[in-house]
Amino acid sequence: MSKKESKKKVAAYWAASCGGCDVALLGLHERILDLLDFADIAFWPAATDFKYEDLKGYERNEIDLTFFNGGIRTSENREIAEIIREKSELLVAYGSCAHQGGIPGLANMSSNEELFETVYKNNPTTVNPEGVVPQELTEREEGNLNLPGLQERVKSLSQVVEVDYTVPGCPPPPELTEDFLDLLLAGNLPPKGSVVAGEKTVCDECSREWNKETIDEFHRPQEVEIDPDKCLLDQGIICMGPVTRSGCEASCPEANLPCKGCFGPPKKVEDQGTEMLNSLASVVQIGEEGGSLEGEKALLSNLPDTIGTFYNFSLANSIFGGKVSDGGNDEQE
Amino acid sequence: MASKPRIGVFICHCGENIAGTVDVTGLAERIIDYDDVTFSTDYEYMCSDPGQNKIKEAIEEEDLNGVIVAACSPSMHEETFRSAVEEAGLNRYRCEIANIREQCSWVHDGDGSKPTEKALRIIKGAVEKVKRNIPMEPVEREHSDKCLVIGGGVAGIQAALDVAEAGNEVVLVEKEPTIGGHMAQLSETFPTLDCSQCILTPKMVEVNQHPNIELMAYSEVKDVSGYIGNYSVQIENKPTYVDPDACNLCGDCEDVCPVNVQDEFNQGLTSRKAISIPFAQAIPSSYTLDEEACLGLNPLRCSKCADVCDADAVDFDQSSKFIEEEFGAIIVATGYDLYPKEKMGEYGYGQYEDVIDGLQFERLLSATGPTRGEVRRPSDGKVPKDVVFVQCSGSRDPENHNSYCSKICCMYTAKHAKLYKESVPDGNAYVFYIDIRAGGKDYEEFIQEVQEEDRVLYLKGKVSKLKKVDGKLRVWGMDEIAGERMEIDADLVVLAQSIIPSSEAKDTSRKLNLNLGQNGFYKEAHPKLRPVESLTGGVFFAGAGQGPKDIPDTVSQGSGAAAKAIEMLSKPTLTHDPQVVEVDEDLCSGCGLCISQCPYDALEVNSRGVAEVNEILCEGCGTCASGCPTNALSLKNLTDEQLTEMIHAQIGD
Amino acid sequence: MLKSVIKMEFEPKLVGFLCKWCSSAGADLAGVSRRSYPSNLVPITVNCSGRIDVSHVIRAFRDGADGVLVSGCHPGDCHYTSGNYKAWRRVALLKHVLEDFGMNPDRVKLEWISATEGDKFAQTVKEFTKEIKELGPGPYSNVKERE
Repeated sequence: MSKKESKKKVAAYWAASCGGCDVALLGLHERILDLLDFADIAFWPAATDFKYEDLKGYERNEIDLTFFNGGIRTSENREIAEIIREKSELLVAYGSCAHQGGIPGLANMSSNEELFETVYKNNPTTVNPEGVVPQELTEREEGNLNLPGLQERVKSLSQVVEVDYTVPGCPPPPELTEDFLDLLLAGNLPPKGSVVAGEKTVCDECSREWNKETIDEFHRPQEVEIDPDKCLLDQGIICMGPVTRSGCEASCPEANLPCKGCFGPPKKVEDQGTEMLNSLASVVQIGEEGGSLEGEKALLSNLPDTIGTFYNFSLANSIFGGKVSDGGNDEQE
Repeated sequence: MASKPRIGVFICHCGENIAGTVDVTGLAERIIDYDDVTFSTDYEYMCSDPGQNKIKEAIEEEDLNGVIVAACSPSMHEETFRSAVEEAGLNRYRCEIANIREQCSWVHDGDGSKPTEKALRIIKGAVEKVKRNIPMEPVEREHSDKCLVIGGGVAGIQAALDVAEAGNEVVLVEKEPTIGGHMAQLSETFPTLDCSQCILTPKMVEVNQHPNIELMAYSEVKDVSGYIGNYSVQIENKPTYVDPDACNLCGDCEDVCPVNVQDEFNQGLTSRKAISIPFAQAIPSSYTLDEEACLGLNPLRCSKCADVCDADAVDFDQSSKFIEEEFGAIIVATGYDLYPKEKMGEYGYGQYEDVIDGLQFERLLSATGPTRGEVRRPSDGKVPKDVVFVQCSGSRDPENHNSYCSKICCMYTAKHAKLYKESVPDGNAYVFYIDIRAGGKDYEEFIQEVQEEDRVLYLKGKVSKLKKVDGKLRVWGMDEIAGERMEIDADLVVLAQSIIPSSEAKDTSRKLNLNLGQNGFYKEAHPKLRPVESLTGGVFFAGAGQGPKDIPDTVSQGSGAAAKAIEMLSKPTLTHDPQVVEVDEDLCSGCGLCISQCPYDALEVNSRGVAEVNEILCEGCGTCASGCPTNALSLKNLTDEQLTEMIHAQIGD
Repeated sequence: MLKSVIKMEFEPKLVGFLCKWCSSAGADLAGVSRRSYPSNLVPITVNCSGRIDVSHVIRAFRDGADGVLVSGCHPGDCHYTSGNYKAWRRVALLKHVLEDFGMNPDRVKLEWISATEGDKFAQTVKEFTKEIKELGPGPYSNVKERE
């Protein structure tokens, strides 16, 4: 069988993301040639000139593999996600945003009205005296102009369509993407639904030692001199390592920075942020057990930016998914 | 469960107790539609024999693999129904109780629809739980038959004797050179005025002679590991530099020893030599060379004692011996100390020689004491004519000292005053008190006698200040009953110092993983119902370490602790609730966050870098399972999945 | 069946996590002494209040609960020494986070109820039911469906 005949089709797409994941794909360097040996690019807006109609024109499952990065923020994101799902044999959620909603998911703490107010009106660097905000529909003589509207909430890819594999990370480290390609090329992919990364958590790969039994104070990393050998939690620095899937070689803790959780939760954890909050509360103790309940309560109740800290990448995938409205009956979804 | 769940739901009427409020027949009809429920019925009294038979028959005929009995609280009949299920061939944990009586029908009224809805939700939750329960068998294990008693005061002595009499081997560890504790220091005991040493020393001798007791005096527990039934204990036996078997108590060594130090047994009222024996009837009956006080052992600087010893008993080459032994049970009887005198500046304690504490006064009254029982004050040896006794010194004073009542001071102060008056009939005894607490057999009568017949002047009020004025100790206080300020010029002041846990309590609690209450006394498993047990399995309390108490209470608790230890040691094997935490090693990353959450030290990160549960130490609270960030830990039969499904079943529509 | 158009009084759905050694026994005592209280709270008995995880409570709200009670042994009385302190800290942090999520933290109540406090159990459920009635439906309350 000649090479040409067996060539596959691969695609990549960016939804609500920063573009870093596309750069991460290019970060494969010469390995990308292996991919191109194996497949032709069928669709990749960041790198090649394909249009919506091209995508629409593919047969069902004609694209063998799509790397989809970014969360689902707009009606367009959703529409393309649905089309890509239909056209792709294998759909890979690539990077934290597709995996868990990612940082754009933090917008779920605000309503769309609040977001528009902040971004287009009340932002100190924005000059907009007339209060002009983008509209989904603008009628002109020449014709109507349409912009995709914001969805009620940012969602992860798997909350919208079925995802076959996930390559996590913000962005995914090139080694991980290579691992995935190796498995793919060897025809050795794990069962569908798998997250292609480590099976345990960052702690498993982290060389720091946990010595202390409990935590009695919290610091931000810039406030203290960090001991490079001791567990960061041990030093009162909130590190998401215990609830974050391994596979990154603990790159942040090894560089003296706390893990922010970009790989998402390990297998049996439903809600990464909530799980970490719970574990952290379980090991806070000031002095003798039972001696300073109020002190501990004050310590825990004064943690700054709990949502940003604990749900940095995972808010959209959390049990609540974002801000809820209390005292009302409105359905959240 | 491996095969598809087939759950039977049995709804009890409990006469009208449940059926009067809850539509039991309706429940049985509705629950049959619930997922995995394949059989349901209701019956008058499920706990009756015919009721139980219904369950057994249904297990057989309907091929049930799980049973819900919706009835009274599991505290009533869980055992009944689990045994019934077991008789029908299912594991006992295939049965769960849905409590629809105490927590439903008995507390809700109205038209019955609301209690019925709630009962349905409770049952649904129980179904979700039982279908995920795994079969479990009690964990059985061997144990050591030996008992360790820490502390050789009267509590430890009593406990050791009782356990030894039951046929178990006992090691009694005492940190001082002799057993006997504080009781050996006392002159007479209230209210009978028995001579304390006379009633104690026979018990001490019995300890020494008992074939089942190994006495390790001048020894300390250094390290404890293990768990109920299998404690491994390291004991340090410190060198006395005298061979107790050779020593014939002639006392020649003591005569030639050039070093004088404060005599602890006499509470510092006299001095002793560097080589000494606490008192004549000490057990073990031998001299001890105080390494710290001796002029020097290495290199040897004096050796007069060895030179004079005809028995060749002095051996400067002794060193600490470390002994490792296994014990099934441990009785902690570390006793009490007095509240430190440094903290009682307001009463001149520690500043004036003639302000002394109750134990010092005991020594002054004792026939074996420094004054051979004559009351003579420490400063000049004169017989004091005016003696002020101050009760609650350091007790019942939450602002400055201890908040609690030391319990025995009212009685021993009365005894002191009485014995003083008997010794110095023309002397005056004054007692300042807040209240008189004389609860105890013949105690109140004793107080009455002291107040009326011995003409001791009881003044209700606190002493505010004490100062030396013109060679006398001037005591300022209140007589609240007369409403007068009092000023008494005393020759001797005796403070009924507060009782505090002995200095060993903290260390011992750490080694044995015991809890201390807020005042530093050992915390018992239950203040009313388990007063001699600790929360650490196989460890029991005796004596004042658990709280201030007098001799009868101390001895009773010693016997109580012994009975508990014997009960445990007499079982051929110990069983343990199988509902413990298990680790999914594929999920655990060894982060170690679980370790500090376990109150029983049952968790460790092993050499493979994953958490490991000691099933015998684990009590099954599940706290670690909740706190585990990866959900690698789960509590058997109350897993996260079970809880999540129960919540869903009970809340969702 | 006729569709009811009459708006019924809001009946909150409450879940109560009860420690089996103290609060569940306290609830039993309330039953034995026939202390009546509203039937809104459905109990789930657990080995220890320390078994309760923040995500269990959030899960309960997501499933439609309007309020969650966590009840354990009094400080110093935990059957397992210290599980109740863990529960205390978890609930303290949970309340903080619920507020961040836009929920009224009073929808979670932590109470110490011993085996001898049947009255207190009944009183707690009464008060909690009343408080949640006043707060109205929780964020995922499916009260609409039941109208």
